[in-house]
Amino acid sequence: MELDPLLLSRIQFAFVVSFHAIFPVFTIGLASFIAFLEALSFKTGNPVWERLSKFWVQVFAVVFAMGVVSGIVMSFQFGTNWSNYSYAAANFLGPMLSYEVITAFFLEAAFLGVLLFGRNRVPKGVHLFAACMVALGTFISAFWILAANSWMHTPAGVELRDGVFFVTSWTEAIFNPSFPYRFAHMAVASFLTGAFVVSGVSAWYLLRGREIEVNRKALSMCLWLILILAPTQAVIGDFHGINTLEHQPTKVAAMEGNWETASGVPLLLFAWPDQESQSNRFEIAIPKLASLILTHDLNGEVPGLNEVAAEEQPPVAIVFWGFRVMVGLGLLMIATAFTGLLLRHKQRYWQTPWFLQGLRLMSVTPFIAVLAGWIVTESGRAPWLVYGLMTHAQGVTPSLTGGMALFTLLGYILVYAMIFSAGLYYLMRVLQDGLEVPERVTELDDDVHRPARPFSGSDVSFEQKGS
Amino acid sequence: MEIFDLSMIWAMIIAFAVIMYVLMDGFDLGVGMLFPFAPDEDARDVMMNSVAPVWDGNETWLVLGGAGLLGAFPLVYSILLPALYIGVFLMLAGLIFRGVAFEFRFKAKSSRYLWNWAFAGGSFLAAFAQGVVVGSYIQGYETEGLAYAGGAFDWLTPFTVMTGIGLMAGYALLGCTWLIMKTEGYIQEWAYGLAPWLLGAVLAVFAIISIWTPSVDPAAFERWFAVIRWIWIFPVLALFFAFQVWSGLRKRKEVLPFIATMAMFASTYFGLLWTRWPYVIPPNFTLWDAASAPESQLFLLLGMLFVIPIILAYTAWTYWVFRGKVRVGEGYH
Repeated sequence: MELDPLLLSRIQFAFVVSFHAIFPVFTIGLASFIAFLEALSFKTGNPVWERLSKFWVQVFAVVFAMGVVSGIVMSFQFGTNWSNYSYAAANFLGPMLSYEVITAFFLEAAFLGVLLFGRNRVPKGVHLFAACMVALGTFISAFWILAANSWMHTPAGVELRDGVFFVTSWTEAIFNPSFPYRFAHMAVASFLTGAFVVSGVSAWYLLRGREIEVNRKALSMCLWLILILAPTQAVIGDFHGINTLEHQPTKVAAMEGNWETASGVPLLLFAWPDQESQSNRFEIAIPKLASLILTHDLNGEVPGLNEVAAEEQPPVAIVFWGFRVMVGLGLLMIATAFTGLLLRHKQRYWQTPWFLQGLRLMSVTPFIAVLAGWIVTESGRAPWLVYGLMTHAQGVTPSLTGGMALFTLLGYILVYAMIFSAGLYYLMRVLQDGLEVPERVTELDDDVHRPARPFSGSDVSFEQKGS
Repeated sequence: MEIFDLSMIWAMIIAFAVIMYVLMDGFDLGVGMLFPFAPDEDARDVMMNSVAPVWDGNETWLVLGGAGLLGAFPLVYSILLPALYIGVFLMLAGLIFRGVAFEFRFKAKSSRYLWNWAFAGGSFLAAFAQGVVVGSYIQGYETEGLAYAGGAFDWLTPFTVMTGIGLMAGYALLGCTWLIMKTEGYIQEWAYGLAPWLLGAVLAVFAIISIWTPSVDPAAFERWFAVIRWIWIFPVLALFFAFQVWSGLRKRKEVLPFIATMAMFASTYFGLLWTRWPYVIPPNFTLWDAASAPESQLFLLLGMLFVIPIILAYTAWTYWVFRGKVRVGEGYH
């Protein structure tokens, strides 16, 4: 069998980027949450906030470490597997990635050290400042990387001369047409992810009757946040969709499973897109709804996949189903938010076990939704690497052989599988230890071997301190 | 752009980022390589905690080197990385295991020894791979047009294995002298005992590579013995600083050995740069051949000039926050 370095490189990049994406999407939200907790602690002096912060900082540290190491891989991957693309796009891509390093990575790295290890070494205000800098760094990082990514979808401010992109306008290239929507969509997704994970973990503690007071506060904060953000995300998503329709109509056609350009297009709830026959099987549809959503007009015209040749179409089934998974989970999040609001009025939601169970389960949904969303947008770009200007095949490294690409693909899968399972295992341990016994830190330091929660019977006394 | 040579400025910035990386991540990789030989588990805790607050920032200089290359000298980036494909993978795998070991090791109980090995093994692998890159740079790369045209394992030769071992020894010495500075008691004693041996190993490899290089690269021979004579200042400086390390160790100075080791590294590094100057992809491309568009170099330079001093300031501040000796039982875990 002939090994195709192009296909293997695409699989490898998709694997590495997906694996990496789940960490920042969580740490962006969590960093802001921690900075907020530190600010509350600084302002009120209430020890509850510091305990919550200390606990979530531990979770943050593990996730951030995994994000950093998988991110370093990403930055080299452009050169190893996509050297032609790197060379062609370097005039724009290079400054974007470099600015990300100097304005975000250094900030995060330096102040993370102070956030983790400096609590007793710097004044409280400086520690709060460090928490804010880490949170700011995560946003700056997202800004640059989304500018670079959005440009690949909606290239602007450049001209192509002899196969190399030259920047004609930095503002047009950075603030390219799809950038504002992507950045907003991603930022809100990150906050939602942080909020759902914190609320899921807090709900789990409440179900087990642990640290009621503290976890109730964390849960309440998160549910308010979700109530605002989940519907907002739907609105941003709608705007993003309209923007995509304008600039990447073929992607929208794939998302809708729409083969022929037509007006009054129905919304497909279920279908099996078949690329070979260029049609859908087993359609279940709501008439005219797709036109209404996309053009805000019942008889609006929606472009079909037939606008481009079959070999220029993205993998329709993947895009179609990825989109449905993302939207479905988004609707579930909105439903959760309003259920929380109803329970807040009628009774105390922290005593409603089924709701807490539901929140527990919901904590994984943002990750799936984010991955599905990225799959939609990235697969939907195929076969273009830079939309309309450069294909995947043109961007791959010429000296790369199938064997080399396969070797490193298997290598990364192996390394990441080990890291990920260890990371999950240790996260579980951090979560199981929970917030109890703030003195655990000193206990641990006296003895290398960790004690088995020596003060686990002392919840009550901490409760009094905390309230 | 006639007033000043942007590409030249960028070459200096990249050179600066690389030496910052070598010196800073060098000592924490070195600490990782000394892990298996530490006297006990408490010592390992201290060793790890001595670098835990700063390793992430140190490693960021590597990412800056990579991204800066892409921004300023894309040709270097798009030839070097495919040429070193497998080596880059090994280095990244090493850095991954090492990086997560910082968090996982303190959470582990029964599997702690595994994370000790991940930390040490990852450090060995990353240091070796980086040393191989240095060697392959002396060797040169086979190119066709503007792309790499050699095989997957061209970078792996007896010569590059030797430079790999050389960098491992050098990093280990940096790590060892760092520990002398940051620890006390029996851990410091152990580091004092180890340092002279590591210094000896570094000098031995240094001598072997110096003798070997002319046969690998005739142009280097030319440069050293015919064209620019005052290049000899660099090896002389390196030997001078090596002597400082040795006398610092003998007099039980705590800070001098680390500083002198860094100076030794810097002298060797600049000597190497001078040997190859102005070739960035030996033997075919100079830094001007490899440059990106002047607008891109300028756009990025403006930010760099503004931000790098700020980065240096707060990096220095974090080192100041974590100044002094690391004791058993410190850390946030």
